Amino acid sequence: MSRIVGIDLGTTNSLVAFMDNGSPRIIKGLNGESKVPSIVGMTDNGLIVGEPAKAHLVRDPSRTIYSVKRFMGKSLDDVKEELRYFPYRLHEKNGVIRIEVGGKSYSPPQVSAMILKDLKRRAEKHLKEEVTKAVITVPAYFNDSQRQATKDAGMIAGLEVLRIVNEPTAASLAYGLQKKTQGLIVVFDLGGGTFDVSILKLHEGIFEVLSTNGDTHLGGDDLDQRLVDIMVKDVLDRQGVEVDNNPELMQALRMEAERVKVRLSDEQTATAAIDLPQGRYEKAWSREELEQAVVHLVEKTLAPCRMALKDAGLTADQIDEVVLVGGSTRMPLVRQKVKELFGQDPHCELNPDEVVALGAAVQADILGGHTKDLLLLDVTPLSLGIETMGGVMSALIRRNTTIPTSAKEMFTTYVDGQTSVDIHILQGERELVKDNRSLARFQLKVPPLPAGVPRIEVNFLIDANGILNVTARDIRTGEAQTVQVKPTHGLSDDEVESMIRDSFQFAAEDIKARQVIEARNEANAIIAATEKALARGKDLIRDHEYQAIQRVLQQLRDVKATDDHRQIRAGIGEVEKVTHHLAEMLMDATLKEALEHKKLSEVVK
Amino acid sequence: METRSDAPTKSRALPMARSMCWHCQSEVTGEYLCGQCVKVQPLSKELDYFACFQLPRHLNVDEQQLERTFYELSRTFHPDFYSTKDDTEQTISLGNSAFLNTAYRTLKDPIQRAEYLIRLEAGAVKDIRSNPPGDLFEEILELQEDVETYQDMVQQGPSPESEQLREKLQQERIHLEERQAAMESALREKFHDWDRLQSEAEASNRHREEKTMVLREMQEILSNRTYVRSILTDLVETIGN
Repeated sequence: MSRIVGIDLGTTNSLVAFMDNGSPRIIKGLNGESKVPSIVGMTDNGLIVGEPAKAHLVRDPSRTIYSVKRFMGKSLDDVKEELRYFPYRLHEKNGVIRIEVGGKSYSPPQVSAMILKDLKRRAEKHLKEEVTKAVITVPAYFNDSQRQATKDAGMIAGLEVLRIVNEPTAASLAYGLQKKTQGLIVVFDLGGGTFDVSILKLHEGIFEVLSTNGDTHLGGDDLDQRLVDIMVKDVLDRQGVEVDNNPELMQALRMEAERVKVRLSDEQTATAAIDLPQGRYEKAWSREELEQAVVHLVEKTLAPCRMALKDAGLTADQIDEVVLVGGSTRMPLVRQKVKELFGQDPHCELNPDEVVALGAAVQADILGGHTKDLLLLDVTPLSLGIETMGGVMSALIRRNTTIPTSAKEMFTTYVDGQTSVDIHILQGERELVKDNRSLARFQLKVPPLPAGVPRIEVNFLIDANGILNVTARDIRTGEAQTVQVKPTHGLSDDEVESMIRDSFQFAAEDIKARQVIEARNEANAIIAATEKALARGKDLIRDHEYQAIQRVLQQLRDVKATDDHRQIRAGIGEVEKVTHHLAEMLMDATLKEALEHKKLSEVVK
Repeated sequence: METRSDAPTKSRALPMARSMCWHCQSEVTGEYLCGQCVKVQPLSKELDYFACFQLPRHLNVDEQQLERTFYELSRTFHPDFYSTKDDTEQTISLGNSAFLNTAYRTLKDPIQRAEYLIRLEAGAVKDIRSNPPGDLFEEILELQEDVETYQDMVQQGPSPESEQLREKLQQERIHLEERQAAMESALREKFHDWDRLQSEAEASNRHREEKTMVLREMQEILSNRTYVRSILTDLVETIGN
């Protein structure tokens, strides 16, 4: 059985983890970084993902996609209010958003798949085996379409998604395992783009979710945006520059806003600075000023917390522990508000960025059959129902019902000889159809009989992923009927199929981009090592040699900026050749016998 | 608490859908997993929720025992433990697990538990129907009018009249909440009546008429409570917390 990895596919950052001898561990990148920025860039040489794409964002914003998770399972109409913040154009096809970048268009699951593939590669490199199965986390408050879109993304990336797990629940698994906690806990998860709160009962290895609530549109990104808005206005007032019309500046400002916000969690003041065409713009921020700007957003987390408590039939003083998850919970203001609501200091011993991925790895281990001690019992976050007469939603499965769960409903005809019944599936808490989320539609086939005689039983089953499955059966004949459900805001099976094929095609183009990145990383490493060696061994070599090394180093620095990996490799080879003597001299000076004929870069780390 | 025949859950005497294993055809008598091939077996469609938790059809339930059994059965049936098994086993585990979750949710909540029991017994006990709530109906009709008037007033903007009406509705709300609480404690009284009759009648079929009476009384309380609850929900939505 091949290994199953756990993936936290976040709005701003993503991580991959695996179970290493009974404890979950994050798989880190070459430079020891655990997070992969959830950013995808299209370059002339193909696709780049993560840290390199983040740098690309300021250089070429119209061809760099970030925060794609916000578009998963959404229609254009759902996101129209924030469109002005994004540097790329969107359109909609068959109810699904398409992002236009560099003359092509991509669905959100395709873009997410690019990030997943990067994580898959990272895991394969580390584990030295092929990775084809994964557990992927989603915000607990994600609806059916958003979950399905995440599953589609996995398929497009060549991953079999064994389970979609809710982020706060995954976090509780990692947390509970580490702390051996029992009792009632609240997981408060404020990430880059989404907010979730879940209340769980932990009892002898059972993690039972009692209720969950949240806002799939509230996170660190929104806080950054507040700072950006303030600074955009400030730049206009003070320097007369309209940042709105300049995507490069806008992205630079957005990154500064994030940096300042993060800094202000530890410091009382921080300065944001960007270079404008007319000169430098600087703004000093105090923590107080930041808090004033975002307090109304932070307070938006409180109503879902109260609702979750109410649904669990609990009061705040009954909660044993509050656990913080997500990078945004590092903000002192967030901690203060949580403390006020629950009347106790929240726990934040585990790295809030990593705990979700760690929990996903634990769940992967359970699904792999390696542990029988732990069991997650999760709930569906939203009520599920169907449209009835007069545009009213009739609920079949209530929110916070433990999954898997099912509800049966009997359908019949109103007209003699009627041969089909249309069914419209919805998710949400409101009375009227128009105020809820349309999930899907399907048509039941009915034998032509007098009105009211046909009896078709439809079973609505929400599986352990929180995803709906529909089956139907003719009660009179006992025959099962296959139901073709057409998602309102999702890709069809055919579309997913063709996107899987496309992804193989992209893969060839992407190799080129990756080669450039890898060569560049290597060049950086060798430049740093050589500089260090020169500083130490300058006296061991002659002056003309020193000059020659400086020359090839400069050549490599120049060539490194290009997108030609062959030239970068050639530059690396040149530096290695020219520094060979220096390396030997350094070795002589230290451990002559043992280290002969090694490359400089191997000696100086 | 109730008197309960204390069948240990370990005996695994749940009615299963078939008497033969779907996989290896060996005999299964109430085991969750086939004794021969260890494949999970589907639960019977006729299984009622009380039987699922091996509880007598009583209305006072030992909640800790209920939870314990729920966790135990979840460990047996949850799809997480069948992820590496074949499709049939996965489907059975999904179905069993969904059934178990519904059963637990129904029995955990006293109101749902009572409603479920009435539905179960309705086959044996004829003529259970809700009486129109009489005086309550009139009262609620009047209240609904007030709620609508208030909604119209608020649309016009706040005024002394709307404040006055709001105050009245607030009083009504307190009154109704008390009423709902009274109904729920009356229902709890009936729980004891029912359980006593059940215990006494367990051996024979005695007390049939009395039991029907209790069921009918509970049904009436429940439907009145539904009326009160729905108007309360409207009221709270209108005047806010």
